Amino acid sequence: MIRLENVAKTLSPRFALAPLSLDFENGSTSVLIGPSGCGKSTLLRLIAGLIAPDSGSVKFGEEVLQPENAQALRLRMGYVIQEGGLFPHLSVGANVALAARFLKRPEAEIRKRLDELCDLVALSSPLLARYPRELSGGQRQRVALMRALMLDPALLLLDEPLGALDPITRRALQGDLKNIFARLGKTVIMITHDMGEAAHFAGELILMRDGRIVQRGTLDDLLKRPADPYVTEFILAQRSPLKRPGSAA
Amino acid sequence: MKALLAAIALLFCGGAFAAETLTVGSKRFTESYILGEIITLSAQRAGDEQAVHRPGLGNTGIVYAALRNGEIDIYPEYTGTIEREILKSAQPLDLDGLNRALQPLGLSAGIPLGFNNTYALAMREDRAQALGVRTVSDLAAHPDIVLGLSQEFIGRADGWSGLKKAYALPHATPRGLDHGLAYEAIAASQVDVVDAYTTDAKIGRYNLRVLKDDKNFFPVYDAVLLYRADLPQRLPRTWAALSSLRGAFDERRMIALNAQAELNGRSFNEVAKQFLGDRQANAQGGGFLARLFAPDFWRLAFEHVMLVAVSLFVAAAIGIPLGILAYRVPGARQWVLSVVGVIQTVPSLALFAFLIPLFGKIGTVPALAALFLYALLPIVRNTYSGLADIAPGLRESAIALGLPPGYRLRVIELPLASRAILAGVKTSAVINVGTATIAAFIGAGGFGERIAQGLALNDNATLLAGAVPAAALALLVHGAFELLDRGLMPAGLREAQSQPVSI
Repeated sequence: MIRLENVAKTLSPRFALAPLSLDFENGSTSVLIGPSGCGKSTLLRLIAGLIAPDSGSVKFGEEVLQPENAQALRLRMGYVIQEGGLFPHLSVGANVALAARFLKRPEAEIRKRLDELCDLVALSSPLLARYPRELSGGQRQRVALMRALMLDPALLLLDEPLGALDPITRRALQGDLKNIFARLGKTVIMITHDMGEAAHFAGELILMRDGRIVQRGTLDDLLKRPADPYVTEFILAQRSPLKRPGSAA
Repeated sequence: MKALLAAIALLFCGGAFAAETLTVGSKRFTESYILGEIITLSAQRAGDEQAVHRPGLGNTGIVYAALRNGEIDIYPEYTGTIEREILKSAQPLDLDGLNRALQPLGLSAGIPLGFNNTYALAMREDRAQALGVRTVSDLAAHPDIVLGLSQEFIGRADGWSGLKKAYALPHATPRGLDHGLAYEAIAASQVDVVDAYTTDAKIGRYNLRVLKDDKNFFPVYDAVLLYRADLPQRLPRTWAALSSLRGAFDERRMIALNAQAELNGRSFNEVAKQFLGDRQANAQGGGFLARLFAPDFWRLAFEHVMLVAVSLFVAAAIGIPLGILAYRVPGARQWVLSVVGVIQTVPSLALFAFLIPLFGKIGTVPALAALFLYALLPIVRNTYSGLADIAPGLRESAIALGLPPGYRLRVIELPLASRAILAGVKTSAVINVGTATIAAFIGAGGFGERIAQGLALNDNATLLAGAVPAAALALLVHGAFELLDRGLMPAGLREAQSQPVSI
């Protein structure tokens, strides 16, 4: 579904994404994981077409992502950032319906889709009339997911969608999200820096460091057949949260 | 205006041989026009007798001839002119002496207006203060003072050569300057002393000190009314009204009136009306409140608000798109922000001075242009920064939704920046209420008119009667924008303190 071929990007003298090739199967859930600054967000933004690669290409099926078709392709993907990225001046419903209204979809259809999505993410529909600031953090992330799903895209890109939530809300939403992904059967590429969360969601983990992919595989692969001592180091560091207070989230 | 007055005058004169009409004449220079207008208005306000003004009839010879043959009844004249040009007297005459000589001609001179418009030396106030020069005699102690004298003054017997002798001045005779250039030279501090007429508007403009002619060298040119001898009997009410002009002026006030017409572009009629209005206000007790709510209050308020509103509207219509341009096109950003920034640093009077020749006129048009230019910076800056300060996550989310740039701008970015933009417009509005007071100096009206007048006349009550309502208007505008902010702000942004707003 998505194929990256020798994609490279230099963002600053101190950070560059090494040429890398990756492909993501239809309906798979992949998790990009790694320390801050490892290049996982850059990779996601390259896929979303928010930045253009210096070399190499990003392909959707047979279509190469380019500035000319980026906007049309984005309508076929949903993108959620850590803080949700909800527009504070628009009501929740208006936020979710933005792209549909831009495409001039009939209001009745929009209405119906909003109800479906409320059911899907377990958000009570009266909340649609509220403004984002009147919602809890967990509710806001559910709304952000609704907005990403509004046009029923084939691909979901999630950049630490649960990163800003408290642990309890986070755990609850992790369960809900996994169910939603399973029901929808969409291709999901998700970023987290939390190993437990990565293991919870993904069949496949992609561990990154310094703009390179260190290892790609299941949790089992990473644990039993680390490609590099760093893999073990990273996993162990993540597994002892009690020794590192403050890193629980 | 002149043509209109002349037309009206002719209209009235055509059939107005009736004894009830007072016909006022004046010569062809500012002060005479203004005095003629003041005489006419005073007579009209006296009540049941008509008065018309035939302004700018020409030089002394023409006006005098018109008075002799009864085409006009009265005009403003100077004692020195009556003595030398009309009576061709060899010796100086006081007012009684003049009247004795005028009697056979059927004319009288009377009602001294209270000022003397004669030759004088004028010195830069700061220099005069530094050197302690108050009189022409004081000049003798300062041979290093640089003189900038007009060719005419140097040439006349009663000009420089006589003066130099009478006061034993040590200064060498300077090369003659054009009179206009002499003022420029004194403004640029290239010369210290120029010759002037004592009521010249430029004395106020260039902040000059008129040196006292302590040896009474210059002939006296007291302003008086020269009229047909039968006038007081023929039009007693009018005469009574005109008598109130006795001593109503002094040099400083006449300078201010001349400046109103010459430098501020007010019509002679307006200047005269304002003068009489002021006197009425003074007569009412002269208090601050009386002047504050003088009859021109609403006109000034209207002019002031119009200046601010029109310039602000145009500045918003152009400044907001410029701010968007700066945000959208990185190549244009530096240019746009620098240019509007530089405009803001131009002092207002300099900007006005630059715009007047550009438009070829004074008054409302260059004032609006200047206010528009001053309003640009806060609007452009705030529009740009309001857009640029949108959280990157929100901006990217909008792009990632697949919305095209124009739609994003309209539906997402401008609403998010709306508070900052409105704050910019508010800043411009409040600044413009203040700057608009300076517009009065180029004849655009508004409360600045009172401030300019108060400054020229050194009259604090009048000055405050302009400054206080201008300040009140600024507060009012500020308050109105606060309300507008609450009304226009997108509901979702209310109480949201995190939205960056630069003021």
